[in-house]
Amino acid sequence: MKGLKFILAGILFGIVMSKSEAISWFRIQEMFRFQSFHMYGIIGTAVVLGIIITYVIKKYKLRDFQGNPIVFIPKEKSVPRYLIGGTIFGLGWALTGACPGPMFVNIGFQYWSILIAVVGAIAGTFLYGAIKDSLPH
Amino acid sequence: MIEFLSQPWPWYTSGIVIALVMLILLFFGKSFGFSSNLRTICAACGAGKTVKFFDFDWRAQTWNLLFLVGAILGGFIASEFLSNGEAVQISQATIQDLSALGISAPEGIQPEEIFSLESAFSLKGFLILLLGGFAVGFGARYAGGCTSGHAISGISNLQLPSLIAVVGFFIGGLFTTWVLMPLIF
Repeated sequence: MKGLKFILAGILFGIVMSKSEAISWFRIQEMFRFQSFHMYGIIGTAVVLGIIITYVIKKYKLRDFQGNPIVFIPKEKSVPRYLIGGTIFGLGWALTGACPGPMFVNIGFQYWSILIAVVGAIAGTFLYGAIKDSLPH
Repeated sequence: MIEFLSQPWPWYTSGIVIALVMLILLFFGKSFGFSSNLRTICAACGAGKTVKFFDFDWRAQTWNLLFLVGAILGGFIASEFLSNGEAVQISQATIQDLSALGISAPEGIQPEEIFSLESAFSLKGFLILLLGGFAVGFGARYAGGCTSGHAISGISNLQLPSLIAVVGFFIGGLFTTWVLMPLIF
């Protein structure tokens, strides 16, 4: 089955997010209160390794498993959409203690009340799609 | 082995595995960005009929939905087989700050005051989760990505827009934490 590898990658992600407590509301609060290195360590390690991985892939023009070049699409240049959108995202992140990935990991962890946040997130995405043309980007 | 795995894992294991997940997805010709799934879910539910933003070939994103299913399964495996049920070991300072807001020290992964079914179905608890989730979904799409797409993938590719988005994540998060939470709780 072609899709199995993506399920396995997701399982790996779900387990490690759970076991490093990155799915915990408490850990996100601790981060926004600058009272522990934990979340900064997680994101920092991932970013440093990610920079190295991306650099190596670009420098050596590495290819994916099908032999196609791995391309990185640059983000569209702008300030308002990232700053305003990012700020709205942050308001919700601190409140629910979960960004989109951990929301779904929490379902697996059987914190069923997170489903309310998931419904909210889908509704928020829908509203953005409906009114995006009238927002500054 | 299971006993060893059942303890909380240190931060660097998580950072390493997240980078590995990004590498795996790149190797399979994809990119790491979780919140796109929310757009895909809208499209799969037929939102494309009324809103152009959701009118795209969402089936091409099936791989990411499978990643999402995997993430749920991963959470399930962690809670059923790799958990010793211990409370999250957050700092004493955070415990004190939160107790001043009426949120008791951790007994598990999530605070009872928000996530217990009783709290979640009180008006306040319900609105916290619903509106918080709403802001996450709206903001992620507005900014064109979430923690995985911007903070990890974007910054790894040295994208200034992603850095701006992450600054926004923190402006919003700090505002909720320091200004809104004392008003809400």
